Formats: sequence, structure tokens, C-alpha cells
Amino acid sequence: MAENSTPIEKTKPFHEWLRAKKNFPHVWCPGCGLGVVLGASIRAFDKMGYKKNETVLVSGIGCTGRIPVYVDCNTLHTTHGRALTFATGIKLANPDLKVIVFMGDGDALAIGGNHFIHAARRNIDLTAIVVNNYIYGMTGGQHSPTTPLGMRASTAIYGNMEPPFDACALVQAAGATFVARTTVFHTLHMEKMIVQGMQHKGFSMIEIISNCHTAYGRLNKLGDHIDMLKAMRDNSIMLGPKVDQEKARETGKTYVLGVLHEDTQRPEYCDAYEELVVAKARGSA
Amino acid sequence: MGVRYGEPVLLSGNEAVAYGALAAGARFYAGYPITPSTEVAEVMSIELPKVGGKFIQMEDEMASLGAVIGASLAGLKSFTATSGPGFSLMQEHVGYASMAEVPCVIVDVMRGGPSTGLPTKTSQGDVMQAKYGSHGDYPSVAIAPSSVLECYTLTVKAFNFAEKYRVPVIILSDEVVGHMREKVVLPAPEELEIVDRAKPDVPPEWYRHYQETPTGVSPMANFGEGYRFHVTGLTHDRLGFPTSRTDETMALMEKLESKTIRNARDLTLIEEYQMEDARYCILAYGSVARSAKAAVKILRQSGVRAGLMAPKVLWPFPRTPVENMLNHVTLVLVPEMNAGQLRKEVERLCHSPTRKVLGLNRQDPRMISGEEIAVRLQQLRMRKKTRPGGARYNG
Repeated sequence: MAENSTPIEKTKPFHEWLRAKKNFPHVWCPGCGLGVVLGASIRAFDKMGYKKNETVLVSGIGCTGRIPVYVDCNTLHTTHGRALTFATGIKLANPDLKVIVFMGDGDALAIGGNHFIHAARRNIDLTAIVVNNYIYGMTGGQHSPTTPLGMRASTAIYGNMEPPFDACALVQAAGATFVARTTVFHTLHMEKMIVQGMQHKGFSMIEIISNCHTAYGRLNKLGDHIDMLKAMRDNSIMLGPKVDQEKARETGKTYVLGVLHEDTQRPEYCDAYEELVVAKARGSA
Repeated sequence: MGVRYGEPVLLSGNEAVAYGALAAGARFYAGYPITPSTEVAEVMSIELPKVGGKFIQMEDEMASLGAVIGASLAGLKSFTATSGPGFSLMQEHVGYASMAEVPCVIVDVMRGGPSTGLPTKTSQGDVMQAKYGSHGDYPSVAIAPSSVLECYTLTVKAFNFAEKYRVPVIILSDEVVGHMREKVVLPAPEELEIVDRAKPDVPPEWYRHYQETPTGVSPMANFGEGYRFHVTGLTHDRLGFPTSRTDETMALMEKLESKTIRNARDLTLIEEYQMEDARYCILAYGSVARSAKAAVKILRQSGVRAGLMAPKVLWPFPRTPVENMLNHVTLVLVPEMNAGQLRKEVERLCHSPTRKVLGLNRQDPRMISGEEIAVRLQQLRMRKKTRPGGARYNG
């Protein structure tokens, strides 16, 4: 791809990938991080040289679930929590398709928790983007499996008493072969993580920390979207050549950003099916 | 494939369903183990990889039907098999497939319920669930085979209906049919009518995934074919984009409903036996239809003019044929292995006070025998003669 130097070249991918027939503005609140995720995803598709006809975007229910409808490719808005099951069917039926799955924290980790760990265990070649805003936004701010202890939600007005999941640790333990974390403040880093996740063959999960100033921010007095983005900046530490995960944790920062886990040895599910099952079945026929 | 056509083979109903699916062109199966349906998954796991198809065992039944819908959108004829408890879990995606108009087939080998119930024993308790199981109004198509051969031929039919009308089709098998072994001669796939989904004949920029047509069924492109479209479980317009406009919502709901209404004749499949001069009709489906046929033979031997009406398609309910039948008989007996789920549909159509629609209902582990049906009909005949208008006897 050519270097994006002029403004016209910078916006070209959006004119290419956004749906002309779909009415804008989008459904999200002003200042929401989901628009940033959508933008970074489109730049990532462009960087990867994906073709619109062979790209499939799948999503569950919730604010994050509304991402695919704006993108001019094959898009599927499924039921709550089950996006990965539909995506598994699509990928296995036609492994040539590039399948990217958008889920929120409640979608992926609560109602879809079982599908999340099993898709990771199978190591099927999907790119799962989990936008974590610590709350159920669309229903008005109920606590989710990632809401930190003590934080307020409309169903935890005295403070959340349930310990949260770490999505990255969970999915890595379940067998995902690419795990990364980024935030909506670090837009270029986000784009890089999504590109790496898509380049990876196998189940890749990118957790994107996002802001829900409308519900989570308001209930917890975290300020507006700018304040929340600043907090992301201040509480993050990025992995690099001089900062490994141990060092990053020692800093005490909330968000360790970057590629947390990558494994290129484990066979991918669709490949394994061809090699281990189809070959033997044809041999016995 | 792993079965011989055109010569006698010994098969169970579940195996016949699996071979029927392969004959119909099914190339994707996703499922979760559950008694008494598991043999379908076992056969598919062996046979699908041989023909270039895909088999996957999912983590639960919601995931199974999700994967089936995904694979169908990607272009493969897809299906799953389960029993009552799994069928309950699948209802979310039955509604999704109906709303998003995705062809697929769901085999429900019925067992005793409610809840875990009687896992290894037969039942017909899911008849109403097949019609009304998911929330909202949607077109339901359900087929009930009563023999091993029908498990094969009606499975092909189920895929044809699914592809033709872009609906989820439910095969309501039961434990007796599923596990019964019979000698059958399977027709080869070439001898069967196989229907594939209608493809769009317009360029991609003109394509509407939910185009209005006279039949209520829109041509369907698959993911990856160059027709980029949106699929959602939300109320949507003809392009598939979410809407809450009154006119678009009404148009969508009417389109969904019209599928089974406009195509009711095609969706009617009834076996009749000795009905030409019958005064007494036994209306039965699934494995009970076999017993009912035996009952008709017994009753005819003792001079009773009994006949059998066995609908193979339960939903949409064959309203017109049943209404016609009700005009010609004095008594309808509906033997069922439930509390009378389909009997109520027949009762709704019976407006004459002199005609009776009565049930014979078992909800225990045993199936209903032919002798039992014959004896009950004889009792009801006598009762009707001596006590007209007496207490209804529903078993």
C-alpha cells in the first residue's frame, strides 16, 4: 500500500470500505471509542490488502455489535454472545474467507464466555476483537464480567462485588495463539495490533480498552471521554524491546499494552481438519 | 458414500436421516451429543470428510445451530441433530434463522420431557415447541417421518423446503423411529428431486437480500460471491439494514408469514389409508402412524369402517385436507405420545357438535400399539352410540 501522505489518501480507505447505502451518523454516543475501533479496523483491512468480497465481519449484540453494518463487505450481526459460533461455521465452510469478529466485554465474556474459550481452544483462524468498556452500554450501564471490584454500575450501585475477568489471560489459558491488548487512545498501536492479529494464522484476540463515558464514566465520576482517554494514556505501559511483561507489571500500571502472547506452533483448526480428518477419511473410503 | 443404494440394507432411522442429508447435498454438520439423536452426528463425522464436507462438534446446542447458520450463509447446505433439551436451547437460533431467512435443517429426535425427562424413551412432546418454540411470530415448517425409509426421503424433502423457502425446517423424529432398524431400499440421490437455493440474477449493485417476490421467497447470494449484504436478527428492510419504521416492519412480518401461507399447497404432504369410505378417522403422525395403520387393519377385519390420515408435514398444519376429512367422518381419534398437542389443532377446525375429536394419549415410556388404538376406537364407538353428547373421553 502507498504511504498515506495527503489527506485524500488518508481518507481513501474509508470511502472505499464504508457503505454508501447505509445512513450515517452511526448509533454511538458522541465521543465513543467504537468509532475509533471502526476506523482502525478499516485502515487495517486496507493495510492487509483484504478484498471486500472475501471479508466477513461478524458481531454479537450490544454497542460493539453495531460495527459491521457500516462496512461494505459481507456482514453478519448475530445473537447475543454467539458471534464466534456463526464465525466458526463460516470459516470452516469456506476457509478462504477472512473472518473478523467484533464483540463487547459482556457479549464475549458473559453470555458468550463458553463460545469464547472453545473458539480459542480450537485455534480456528478468526480475528476476535473484544472492545472492553467495563460495562453494558446499550442497556444503560449494568456491571459486566470485566467491571473492576468496587466500581459502580446501574445494577451495582453500592459498588461491584464480583471479581473481574482478565480477558487476555483467560483466552491465553484457553489456547488462543495470538493475544494482544491496546486502547482507543493508542489508535496507531491499535491498528498495528489488529494487523498483526489478522496476519496470525489461528485464533487471535485483541482486547481494546474503550471508554463508555455515558454510563461507566458518569456512574463512577470519571469525567467525559477526554478525561477517560487521558486516564488510558496515563495508566498504560507499552511492551517493547526494553520492557518485557515482568517489567511492565512492576510499574504498577493498569494496562499492559502490546502482544502478550504468540504461538505459531499449534495447528490451526481448518488445516488440522484437512490434514488429520479428511486425509484419513479419504484413505478409508 | 457409506451406504448402498437400490438394494436392501438394514438401517436405523437416525442413520437414514444422515444418509438422506448426504443425498440432499448437505455438506456441513455441527452438533452436540444427546440421546437419542447421537447416531446422526456419528455417521456425519465419518461420511462428511469423504465428500468434501465439514463436521464439527460444538460446545453446546446454541453454538451448533449458530455454526450451522454461519455455514449456510457461506453456501453449504447445513444441519444439526438434537433432542428435546437441546432443541430448547436452539430456539434462540431457530428464531434467528427465521428472521434472517437462512436455510437450515434441525433434526429433533423426540424423547420424554419436560426437562431431562426420559432420555432413552420415546415421546412426541415437542410438536408445539416446533411451532411456537422461539419468541415472536415466524413461519414454522416441521416434518414427522414414521419409518426408516421416510427418515431418508423426508430428510431430502426437508432440505428442499429449507432451500426453496429460506426457512429453518424441523424434522420431528422420535426415539422409536430414530432407533428402529428396518430393511430398506434407498433410492440413489440421482433419482430424487434435489432443490438448491435460488441465486440472484441481477448484478451485485442491484441485489437486495430480501427482495419482494410473488412467492415471498427472495433469491439468495452466499458470502464470498461478490454480493455484499448485511444479515441481522433485528427487524430489517429489504437490503437487510436495521429499521423500526412502521411500513418496513409490517412488510417484513407479512413477508415472513406469507411463506407458509402462499405455499401451503406445496407444504402439504399426507398419507391416507382406507380413507375413501371411512366413518372413523385415526389421525396420527411419526411412529404412532405405524401403529395406527395396524389399528385400521384390525378394525377393518371386524367390519369397522376406519381409515388413517397421516400428515407428514405437521407445520404448517394441513388445514384444508383436515377440514375436508372432518366433513366426512363422525369421529376422529388422535393417538399421540403427549397430552394432546396436535389434537387441539384438529379440534379447532371441528365446528360440528355431532362430530367428535378425541385423543388417546400416553406420556409414559411405552409407545402406543395398534391393538391399543383399535380397542380405544371400538370403546369410543360404543360409547358414542349409547351416550350421545356424553362426557368426552380423552384418554
